[in-house]
Amino acid sequence: MARTPAELAGANPGASFEITMDGRPVPALPGQSVAAALWSAGILAWRTTRTTGRPRGAFCGIGQCYDCLATINGEPNRRACLVPASPGDAITTQEGHGHARIGV
Amino acid sequence: MPASVSDPYDLAVLGAGAAGLAGAVTAAELGLSVALLDAAPQTGGQFYRHPAPAFGAVRPEALHHDWAAFAELRRRLERSDIRRLSGHHVWAVTKEDGDLWAVHAVTGPDGTGEQAVRVRARTILLATGAYERQLPFPGWTVPGVVGAGGAQAMLKSGLVLPGKRIVVAGSGPLLLAVASSLAAAGAQVPAVIEASGYLGYARHPGALAANPRKLVEAAVHGAALLRHRVRLRTRSAVTEVHGTDRVAAVTVTRLDRDWRPVRGTGRRIACDALAVGHGLVPQIELATALGCATRRTADGTSALALNAHQETSVCGLWAAGETGGVGGAPLARTEGELAGLAAAARLHGRPADEGRVRALRRRRDRMRAFADAMAAGHAPAAGWTDWLTDDTEVCRCEEVTAGTLREAVSDLGARDARTVKLLTRAGMGWCQGRMCGTAAACLAAGDGAAEPPAERRPFAVPVPLSALASSDDSTGGRPDAVPPVDD
Repeated sequence: MARTPAELAGANPGASFEITMDGRPVPALPGQSVAAALWSAGILAWRTTRTTGRPRGAFCGIGQCYDCLATINGEPNRRACLVPASPGDAITTQEGHGHARIGV
Repeated sequence: MPASVSDPYDLAVLGAGAAGLAGAVTAAELGLSVALLDAAPQTGGQFYRHPAPAFGAVRPEALHHDWAAFAELRRRLERSDIRRLSGHHVWAVTKEDGDLWAVHAVTGPDGTGEQAVRVRARTILLATGAYERQLPFPGWTVPGVVGAGGAQAMLKSGLVLPGKRIVVAGSGPLLLAVASSLAAAGAQVPAVIEASGYLGYARHPGALAANPRKLVEAAVHGAALLRHRVRLRTRSAVTEVHGTDRVAAVTVTRLDRDWRPVRGTGRRIACDALAVGHGLVPQIELATALGCATRRTADGTSALALNAHQETSVCGLWAAGETGGVGGAPLARTEGELAGLAAAARLHGRPADEGRVRALRRRRDRMRAFADAMAAGHAPAAGWTDWLTDDTEVCRCEEVTAGTLREAVSDLGARDARTVKLLTRAGMGWCQGRMCGTAAACLAAGDGAAEPPAERRPFAVPVPLSALASSDDSTGGRPDAVPPVDD
């Protein structure tokens, strides 16, 4: 019986590369979305809500719910479940609407 | 393919899942020029979602039922000259002068690419599938609570799990498939919690007997659950999630016939994730924005009203698969083929092959009957709103609680979903009511069983102003300017 999803699907991915989550290194596999890479590292939340500041992460997994919004390389409101991870990507927790630095 | 980039396609297919693929290859094989648009980088839609090529997965079929059917559609796609436009998020379909359709899309993995695109076509096949229906409960916004379909989607494409010990809950046949794939991928699944029973199916013996493959499929999932020691609890629901920053446990409560929680029956199950969903909702915004007629399905959702040839109430716009009522991949393939035949017949001005159409229609009607029986068996009953506490968030985007929604009804006099939305902002956020629409409509109606009315929204997905600015005739992007994406 398969122990991991990768074993089940007979995956033979290329070498993993590194992205960071709030500065902490996280390994990612070629072909993985940002959300998938974060889940692999046990990270389930990468956003706080606008009103109550509660943590959120991927929910619907297919780009419909917009709960997985993250700040990727400084750009807020990217859907982490859709955006593929690229080597060196800097993911930061998106606070609220993510535009605090432009003062809106 | 059209002779020049400014020529319209004969058919634009929106969605490259089972229905869209079948429609596209059928039409192309009959000589139509076809553009196939999809938001994802790969074909397959949600059902046949699979790892990116970089994973080198040699057994993608391990996570799917009936992979061979998809492989065959993909072979036919590769042999065709269908123009594949992946990474295209369609935000509107409009009618242009001269009876042509214009399909407007933003591009890139999440639709934030620079390029806005307009594709012109003589006919349209809408095959945009479905998304999961959610009914809120206390704690459903805690990280680790994910959609049941969402958990499966992340597993199929990213080969990841949200936790090690995952409870699967909600209602509908998808739960069994999700539980068996999560367990096969190494997760511990202590229980599947189904709000309905399965006895409802027995009220439709004809539909069951006519669809033996469905019974085999159910038996396969059932056997997998037994093998993985997954317990199935019917007439129960997760009524609370414990944990603040992460799921630590859930409380499972028995439900009465109306889905009201039975007091004193709550039992705690330790877990680090919960995969939850209550069936699927047809994704039809692009069609309702054009005024297409809808019908109410057996489990209360809105689906497109279609004629025997899969055409919507708007001439030249066909639909197939979940958009006409949720029914699964084999039904979607059959309907896609029928729609492809119908579009080709219209453009060629001669009827389609009668024998082929007759056989397809028979298969479609048989599978539709089964889908309706299943939908009726899992329709949410009115009492579910009793498991909402006043501080349960209903609208995840705008953080609007059940208490606020109830107040809008009891104190402010709102009687319908639209008024509740205007008073509370529930449904006005990023997801445009896809996650909270059912719940907000139920609370507005006060009977727990209402469905949101089909809405006419000008934008099916968020569109940057820059894309609108570039979408006039003179600067409208051409599909050929978009780099091709490998499947």
